[in-house]
Amino acid sequence: MPLIKIRDLHFYRGDRAIFEGVNIDIHRGKITAIMGPSGTGKTTLLRLIGGQLHPHQGTIEVDGQDVHKLSHRKLYELRKRMGMLFQSGALLTDISVFDNVAFPLREHTDLPESMIRDLVLMKLQAVGLRCARDLMPSELSGGMARRVALARAVTLDPMMIMYDEPFTGQDPISMGTLVNLIHRMNEAMGLTSIVVSHDVEEATEIADYVYLLSGGKVIEQGSPVELKRSTSQWVQQFMQGLPDGPVPFHYPGVDFKEDMLNPEVLP
Amino acid sequence: MIGIIRSLGRWGLDTFERLGRGHLFLVQMLAGIPGLFLRFSLVIQQLFSVGVLSVMIIAVSGLFVGMVLSLQGYYVLVDFGAEESLGVMVSLSLVRELGPVVSALLFAGRAGSALTAEVGLMKSTEQLSGMEMMAVDPIRRVIAPRFLAGFISMPLLAAIFSAVGIIGAFIVGHGLLGVDDGAFWSQMQVKTDWYDDILNGVIKSVVFGFVVTWIALYEGYDALPTSEGVGRATTRTVVHSAFAILGLDFVLTALMFGED
Repeated sequence: MPLIKIRDLHFYRGDRAIFEGVNIDIHRGKITAIMGPSGTGKTTLLRLIGGQLHPHQGTIEVDGQDVHKLSHRKLYELRKRMGMLFQSGALLTDISVFDNVAFPLREHTDLPESMIRDLVLMKLQAVGLRCARDLMPSELSGGMARRVALARAVTLDPMMIMYDEPFTGQDPISMGTLVNLIHRMNEAMGLTSIVVSHDVEEATEIADYVYLLSGGKVIEQGSPVELKRSTSQWVQQFMQGLPDGPVPFHYPGVDFKEDMLNPEVLP
Repeated sequence: MIGIIRSLGRWGLDTFERLGRGHLFLVQMLAGIPGLFLRFSLVIQQLFSVGVLSVMIIAVSGLFVGMVLSLQGYYVLVDFGAEESLGVMVSLSLVRELGPVVSALLFAGRAGSALTAEVGLMKSTEQLSGMEMMAVDPIRRVIAPRFLAGFISMPLLAAIFSAVGIIGAFIVGHGLLGVDDGAFWSQMQVKTDWYDDILNGVIKSVVFGFVVTWIALYEGYDALPTSEGVGRATTRTVVHSAFAILGLDFVLTALMFGED
C-alpha cells in the first residue's frame, strides 16, 4: 500500500484550475520526484498533502488517513510524522541554528536539555553543520540554511519528508551536497521522500519514480529512464529544456504581423 | 452606474469577510491563552519587547504632555484665581482621558506597528507555515503570547504615562509658575475619585490594549506575504488603531461620564 494516495484531486485558485483530476501514489521508502514547469502548483500540492490547504474535490490519504477529514489535533499528530523542507528554509530568524533544530523537540517532548543537545548535535553532524550551531540564520548561506532546515525536519524522526524546490538557486557545490544528503537521508533513515523540483538533472538523478505535472494534470509518470525514452513531444521538451515545442515560446495571442499592422491602436 | 454598485458591493463583501476572519482569529487567539500559563516564559519575552521597550517613549511623552497641560491650564485658571486647582485639572485630564488615549496612540505606533511587521515578516518568510508543518500551532506559539503581553502592558503603560505626566505638571506648576505645592497635591487627592476617575481610566486602557494588540496581530497574520503587503499592513495597523481608539474613547466616555 502506498504511503500517500492522491485520488481525483481538484483545486482552484479563484477561477484558475490548479489541479483537475490528479492521481498520484507515493510509495514507501522511495524518492518520488514531482516535476513540471513553474506555476503548475507543485508547492500547492505539498501544502495540500500537509493539510494546509483544502482540495475542492478528491482525497489525499497519508498512511491510510484522509488528511482533510482529520480533526485539528489528529492533523497535528500526523504532521509530527511529516517533515517539510521549505524553499526558503523557513528557519526561525530570532533564534540560533542550534535552537532551530531543537525547536520541534522542545515543543513536542519533555526530554532533558542534555539529551536534546545530543540529538541536535547528531542531526547537525549528519548535515555537516555541527560546528555552525551558534550561528544565527542571517549568517548562513542559502545552501547552509537549507541543510539546517533539513536537520530540523528530521529531528522528530518522521516517516516522510517533502522537499520544496531543494535545488533552486544553489551553486554547484551545495547542489551536489543537497542531492547527496537527500539520497543518504532516505536510505539511512528509511524515509519516504517527495521532491518537488524543476531541476531535471538533479531530480532524475536521485528519484526512483517521477511524475510530470502540467496544466493541472499528470502528463507522464514512470522511472527516470522511462521518461527519458518517452515519445511524447512535451516530455522531451521538458526533459531536454528545449525553448520551443508543444509549450510555445510566445505567450498565446493574435498573430505578430496582424498585431503590428493593426490600425486600431494607432493614436 | 452598475459598475459603481458592483464595486461598492464587492467592497462591502470584502470588508465583512475581513471582519469575520478577524473575529475568528480573535477566538482562536483567546483559546490559546490558557495554555500560556504553563509556559509563561513565552509571555515574559514578549512583555519585554512589547511593554518594557515602549516605556521610554511613553514616559517622555507623558512628561511633556503633563508640562504643557500645566502651562495651558494655569493661564486659564489664574484668571479666576483658581490656580490651586491646577493639580486636580491635570490629574483628571490625564487619568480620565489623555493617559489612556495618548498612550494607546503611542502604543499603536511603537508596539503595534512592530508586532504587525514582525508577524507579517514571519508569514512572508514561511516561518508560520513552517511551524504549522512542525505541528506547532503558530496562533498558540507566536500570536497568543504577544496578545497577552500587549493586553497586560497597555494599562501599565497608561499608568506610567499619567504618573509621569502629573510629575511634569508639578515641575512646571510649582517650580516655574509658583503654584502652592500643598494645594496642588491635596486638592488632587481630594477631588480625584478612585472609582469614578481612576478605575474608569484603567478600564479604558484595558479596552484600548485589547483592541490595539488584536488589530496589530491580525493585520500581521492576514498580511499579503510580500514586502509591499507587510508595509501596507503596518500602515493599516496604525490607522485602524487610531480610529478604534478615538471612536471607542467617545463611546466609553459617554457610557462612563454621560450621567454626571
